[in-house]
Amino acid sequence: MVQFTLPKNSRITAGKTWPKPDGATNIRKFQIYRWNPDNGETPRVDTYFLDMDKCGPMVLDALIKIKNEIDPTLTFRRSCREGICGSCAMNIDGINTLACIYGLDEVKGDVKIYPLPHMPVVKDLIPDLTHFYAQHASIMPWLETKTNKPAKEWRQSIEDRKKLDGLYECVMCASCSTSCPSYWWNGDRYLGPAALLHAYRWIIDSRDEATGERLDELEDPFKLYRCHTIMNCAKTCPKGLNPAKAIAHIKQMMVERTV
Amino acid sequence: MADVNRGNRPLSPFMIGPYYRPQMTSMSSILVRITGIASFGMVFLVVCWLLAAASSETAYDWVNWLLTSFVGDLIFLLGTWGIWYHVLGRLRHVVWDFGYFLDVETSEKMGWGMFIGATVLTLITIIAV
Repeated sequence: MVQFTLPKNSRITAGKTWPKPDGATNIRKFQIYRWNPDNGETPRVDTYFLDMDKCGPMVLDALIKIKNEIDPTLTFRRSCREGICGSCAMNIDGINTLACIYGLDEVKGDVKIYPLPHMPVVKDLIPDLTHFYAQHASIMPWLETKTNKPAKEWRQSIEDRKKLDGLYECVMCASCSTSCPSYWWNGDRYLGPAALLHAYRWIIDSRDEATGERLDELEDPFKLYRCHTIMNCAKTCPKGLNPAKAIAHIKQMMVERTV
Repeated sequence: MADVNRGNRPLSPFMIGPYYRPQMTSMSSILVRITGIASFGMVFLVVCWLLAAASSETAYDWVNWLLTSFVGDLIFLLGTWGIWYHVLGRLRHVVWDFGYFLDVETSEKMGWGMFIGATVLTLITIIAV
């Protein structure tokens, strides 16, 4: 359901302001969402200051610097630091993106960092993605075939392979789904842009033989049709993909097979 | 739904504005919804007008005075803009549903087109009526 405010246990209170670094001239302010599951307090926003002359260029560099030098309790996911693992997706400066490939120079003013929107928080910047992953699993993200296995491999023409460009690059970071107002409000039943982009990736795969079943699964007022082409997903995707377009194509296929 | 709220986990902030930056596409989209609901309100006002005309002269005089007053004019001016905007918004959906112009840049341009188009069409409506 449409929701405009946070539940009581989620309201944000003023947090701690950590000391400024000594002798620094190029200081930048960071405001970061904190929530500790162990102390029974509500979430807060802590303020940190970094010497930008001694900090790497990306938002993730700043987070790691804070964790190393100021506050070791700051918790976030990160792994590859090059935009391929999708671990460090978070809400930075009001949009969802990957901290490792988002430059600090792209942020105007103070750097505000929150976990991905409208998700249960495990700790600090870590959202619980269990439901998100379950939705991905529900669209059968694998090749479904019925004919006998070929002697060597399932072959695909260059043209058919090209249809997967702009889809297979998705790293499942959840930036798109958690940017979508429809997903915020109906995420329990609406699959969201990420899962639907993956659904389309398998629907149009020339080697896949379960297209009908896949469309049957999505023929549902909530799973697919809660997409109203708001396009926050395409706008925010750190990999430059367009889930809104993929979803529109699924809707088209739904119509085409009935007429 | 998977149990995702173990230990009274808070919900991360999401509200458009303070936590999620308004986008051209999201704002032009939500305004289609708002103008759709507002158009229904306009229909209600017109029905009030007709009902008053059908019931008594005093009722009609009163409602007619209200709806042709400055406030009434303003409501109908905004309502005209809203209806035009809604029509253009629905047109954008038709274009999208045929699979065209689904890239972000063109969608944003169409959003601006809806604002400008609705304003121009409202002006034409006022001049014509």
